[in-house]
Amino acid sequence: MTSGDQRGPSDERGPVTTLATPIRLDYVFSAGIAQSRNLRGLAEGKFVGQRCGVCHKVYVPSRGSCPVDGVATDDVVELANTGTVTTYCVVNVPFAGQSIEIPYICAMVLLDGADISFMGLIQEIPTDEVRMGLRVEAVWVDPEDLGPTMASVKYFRPTGDPDADYETYKDYT
Amino acid sequence: MADSADDVLTSAHVLEYPYSRSVGPVIGAFLTGLRDGKIIGATGSGGVVIVPPTEYDPYTAEPTGEMVEVGPEGTVESWAWVGTPAPQHPLETPFAWVLVRLDGAGTSMLHVLDAPSPDAVSTKMRVRADFVAEGERIGRIQDIRAFVPAGSA
Amino acid sequence: MPRQGHRPVAVVSFAQADNVRRELRRNEVETLMPVFAEVFSNIGITKDDVGFICSGSTDYLAGGPFSFVSALDAIGVWPPRTESHVEMDGAWALYEAWVRLQEGDIDAALVYGFGKSSMSDLSKVLALQLDPYVLAPLWPDPVSVAALQARSLLDAGKATERDFAEVAARSRKAALSNPKAQVAYDRNVAELMGEDYVVSPLRTHTLPPITDGAAAIVLAAGDKAFEWAERPAWITGIDHRVETHSLGARDLTASASTTKAAEVAGVNDGTVEVAELHAPFAPQELIVAAALGLGDDVLVNPSGGALAANPIMSAGLIRIGEAASRIMDGSAGRVVAHATSGPALQQNLVAVLEGV
Repeated sequence: MTSGDQRGPSDERGPVTTLATPIRLDYVFSAGIAQSRNLRGLAEGKFVGQRCGVCHKVYVPSRGSCPVDGVATDDVVELANTGTVTTYCVVNVPFAGQSIEIPYICAMVLLDGADISFMGLIQEIPTDEVRMGLRVEAVWVDPEDLGPTMASVKYFRPTGDPDADYETYKDYT
Repeated sequence: MADSADDVLTSAHVLEYPYSRSVGPVIGAFLTGLRDGKIIGATGSGGVVIVPPTEYDPYTAEPTGEMVEVGPEGTVESWAWVGTPAPQHPLETPFAWVLVRLDGAGTSMLHVLDAPSPDAVSTKMRVRADFVAEGERIGRIQDIRAFVPAGSA
Repeated sequence: MPRQGHRPVAVVSFAQADNVRRELRRNEVETLMPVFAEVFSNIGITKDDVGFICSGSTDYLAGGPFSFVSALDAIGVWPPRTESHVEMDGAWALYEAWVRLQEGDIDAALVYGFGKSSMSDLSKVLALQLDPYVLAPLWPDPVSVAALQARSLLDAGKATERDFAEVAARSRKAALSNPKAQVAYDRNVAELMGEDYVVSPLRTHTLPPITDGAAAIVLAAGDKAFEWAERPAWITGIDHRVETHSLGARDLTASASTTKAAEVAGVNDGTVEVAELHAPFAPQELIVAAALGLGDDVLVNPSGGALAANPIMSAGLIRIGEAASRIMDGSAGRVVAHATSGPALQQNLVAVLEGV
């Protein structure tokens, strides 16, 4: 055994200053009862939400509980294919894994009959014409490509109907 | 609708973190030592040598002092025999986890012991660190391939 | 008056989910909802009656960041609630809530813990709580770490493998009367001793089951406790202590942190009738019982303990709930609950609960 200060660099590589500690964990997620209903709906080309029995709000997708009242949302509701853009942004920034040509529109869409909006792409309209209140409809992938995933919704496109009145969606922006 | 377990959807999900940690001067000295084929500890309060070294004495919280070389032989303080190693374990063949009190150290270090069977392992047995080849050592705990019974080839 | 804190706080309600090997149907929110419904309805209150919410869970188990936030959907946190979270067993969330109630401006708190161990490989998840520089890269699994601790106990002459089997046989037999138990049986010690080693010196019976589960407790202070519960389980002492992270730098055959916490909580200031100990591995019960200074006359783990069900992040809270239930059901007057966290009993919490 030797002793003495051993902190000096040991060779031309210098002292070790960093350590790579890669970790990998494999999971099997369960979507749960409520989310599974929603995902199976997507596989059939429709939006399925759940209604709270206390406040009567409809969540899509639902986690199974009303986040306001904390009760099970057991009432299953099929929603329309149409909705309203409540807010949006224009994506001009390229990033790794990007599958759509920039610029494109990412919007929050409030489906008719729902009380919560979710994120979707807006296409078939020039980016500078997208606006809050724009009425849109879901465009689904080909029937043979439908699956229990949000990727079943290709994008939303304008319906051509008049814009929604701000009062109808102001609580959801 | 989803009213039985069969109707609930499941999905595989992988989390991978390519962490790169800054090791600081104390653990850094330990890892640098491993790269050189040496085991280095830090002197804590009252002269107890802590291996692997920490920046502080775990009992007094005072900063540790002089770094000293310990081992490469030591004594098994406790062991546990793994008959069926998991894929993430350091050895593919059955092995023992060991707490080794290296010669000159005042604490024990956890690592694996490459031994043929549990009959070949006992508390207080003498063991020696078996390093991977010099060119393959990069400054990590796996630079010690395993401990082996002292006196073995 | 409580030994600690100026304000008496009691456990007034306890509920737990069914403890199962794999809860495939329900996500965490769906698992927690019925637990909250039960813990509130037990005493006829609603979420609006608690002024503070605190939970214990871990993201590595959940497989996503900030997983405790989405779990709040199961309560319904509107209007906005005062809420906190610990990356610890729910027993530590209970400690935080107990401290919070000492402030005096609120009278009740909801505490819970949850986790689905089945979603990933628990051997890998728990290895990640070890030192990330020199230990975790070797992936020591929790059974192996417990086996090293058990070997130390054997070598020190403090226990025998037969003692381990006796703990397991007694716990699993007691679990037969616990409807929430996942593993319960009546098997004799000789039969258990014939089992193979998983990681020697630990045989199958010394290991806890892998459990998906959740549990919740309502704490109430002062008069509110009497308003809601006939026999509140008053927390007369509570403390938690931690030891060094380094396994090789401490005596694995003893638990100094448990002993210290027990002193502060006043465990031996009176007779202990029942003790619920959070010892996931059978040998650990011997260490904890010795560290607490429990006599042979103490009824240990009438629920079966963590050997009956070990839902990570709530198994410690369940010990407090089970111990409190002995007060609330009138079967005991003074009980001790213990919870542990970290590898090989690194951190320990001790609570003393009493009837009036």
